[in-house]
Amino acid sequence: MATDTQLASWEVFMQGKPGANYIHAGSVHASDKKMALQNARDTYTRRGEGTSIWVVPTDAIVASNPDDNDMLFDPANDKAYRMPTFYTMPEGAKAI
Amino acid sequence: MTEQQALYKYCLRLGDNALIQSYRLSEWCSNAPILEEDLALTNFALDMTGRAQALLSYAGKLDGNNKTDDDLAYKRGERDFYNLLITEQPNGGFAHTIARLLYTSTFEYFFYTELLHSADATLAAIAAKTIKEIKYHKAHATDWVLRLGDGTEESHYRMQQGIDSLWMFTGEMFETGEADALLRDKNIAVDLGAVKSKWQASIAAVLAEATLALPKDEYMQTGSLQGVHTEYLGHILTEMQYLQRAYPEAIW
Amino acid sequence: MELVEKVGTIQEEHLKSFEEKIERGDAIEPRDHMPESYRKHLMRQMSQHAHSEVIGMQPEGNWITRAPSLRAKQILLAKIQDEGGHGLYLYSAAETLGITRTEMIEQLHSGKAKYSNIFNYPALTWADIGAIGWLVDGAAIVNQVSLQRTSYGPYSRAMVRICKEESFHQRQGYEIMANMMKGTKDQQAMAQDAMNRWWWPSLMMFGPHDSESPHTGDAFKWKIKRASNDELRQKFIDKTVQQAEVIGLTIPDADLKWNEAKNCYDHGAINWEEFHRVIAGNGPCNKQRMAHHKKVHAEGAWVREAAEAYRLKKGQ
Repeated sequence: MATDTQLASWEVFMQGKPGANYIHAGSVHASDKKMALQNARDTYTRRGEGTSIWVVPTDAIVASNPDDNDMLFDPANDKAYRMPTFYTMPEGAKAI
Repeated sequence: MTEQQALYKYCLRLGDNALIQSYRLSEWCSNAPILEEDLALTNFALDMTGRAQALLSYAGKLDGNNKTDDDLAYKRGERDFYNLLITEQPNGGFAHTIARLLYTSTFEYFFYTELLHSADATLAAIAAKTIKEIKYHKAHATDWVLRLGDGTEESHYRMQQGIDSLWMFTGEMFETGEADALLRDKNIAVDLGAVKSKWQASIAAVLAEATLALPKDEYMQTGSLQGVHTEYLGHILTEMQYLQRAYPEAIW
Repeated sequence: MELVEKVGTIQEEHLKSFEEKIERGDAIEPRDHMPESYRKHLMRQMSQHAHSEVIGMQPEGNWITRAPSLRAKQILLAKIQDEGGHGLYLYSAAETLGITRTEMIEQLHSGKAKYSNIFNYPALTWADIGAIGWLVDGAAIVNQVSLQRTSYGPYSRAMVRICKEESFHQRQGYEIMANMMKGTKDQQAMAQDAMNRWWWPSLMMFGPHDSESPHTGDAFKWKIKRASNDELRQKFIDKTVQQAEVIGLTIPDADLKWNEAKNCYDHGAINWEEFHRVIAGNGPCNKQRMAHHKKVHAEGAWVREAAEAYRLKKGQ
């Protein structure tokens, strides 16, 4: 007998309402794109949670290496001038 | 037969189709070839139970005896059920169940698309809700027929078997009785002749793409319009109605 | 020699960064460094949890076709479907540790991986569906609520989703029991009988007493487990006894009594001999459950194979 397959893994991203960001919901197994989309629908929208679904083969996801966190993320920590609260508003001026 | 009696019978037939199919699909729970498919088949069973509830509730109101959907589901005998014979056939293997779902969901797709324009507002409203579910059932069944038909030698064989063995139950879908004729005149019932040609064309196209042979015309089974069923329905009702029959006083 | 020392130092640094994260209460993510024994512990616990959800579909599935009303049938179907979904979330979360679902299923079939003992008991009457929802899901939710704060990110996220979805499970079981207790004599007797059979196995779901629990040490240190077996069991008992009283069910424990000083219930001795016997494979349904899972898995092989073959043909 051939070795068993549980089909390939896909990552599922859901949009909760129109215009919202897509958020990772979990994963499903499926052999092809159509099946992946249907399985994602049957698994992650049983309570009307979504308006749109993306599925991506799990092995197509490229993840950063936690060992690189210092070089990737720390340099952004001291750039407070990117935040609106860095600036002083003149007394009485209204925010746009 | 009055219009109300005709409508009652019409709703029972549609409601029973949903009820008995949902029974068979629910038997797949914890039995599907992969967990994801278990969820899908259970979803379809849930869709159909909901549809049965809507149709049987409506039938109960037409009957004039204040019957509920549960009264009609759990307290009727074999000869008073009007579901198509194909819906009560045992699940068989996965290919067999998929073949049935292809036949019935394709039928229901064209049927309920027509029913959207029914002169009966309740039926039209039920159709509007249910057509969305059926579209998905049809897409799911079609995709699996393609995969299995054009998958491995074994799956091709099994899929063809399913398609062939259920063929003799498909003629019934287009049979009409007294109730249909009466309700057609009032633009309440669906024109099954129109549904039939669409169904045939759609099934032929799917089977061709799936590299499967369209079954040859043969004798078509009949009987459910008169409440005459295969032996399987009795067993379904025995199981489904067990608690209601064993404890008639109880409310669950 | 120099290389060995260097590797040793890197490993120490990794362990240190892992332990600091745990200490801070940060979640551990799949690509983070983690001690091998942490990974192993999680794989065992998460796969067991996933298998429990899936095997747990069987006793309830036994009543789908006999549910006494359309509403009851819908609720039960939806609930069992949720359990399948929860098994799926947990398999997926476990896969991030580097084990495949195929491997997990193989381990289940070989007996290397376990599932919750409770599902080796039979669902004999409709009241058992009530008792399973109320007691078994009630016990499970107590455990799962505490696991929402578990240290492994994917496990914790799965638990958050599961807890949200399972909140109706315990209620539907309690509703079934409450309705039966308001019903005929036959129904009341059926409900009490189910209570009598499911109460003690439900208490066993929390596992051995803290004094007897072998894996607890590391699991606590690493914040995989956030509350002890006995703490969780006590929480379940205190909540459930009150619910039983409200609907007129008797807890089948002559030694159960309120302890004013401790502000909780004292309960009678649990039959650990039965617990170990069932774990060892000699419960009423162990063989039936496993045979069913193996049969379904084998019968579905040609379908999965065909789906793969079709994908290859179509070049997707």
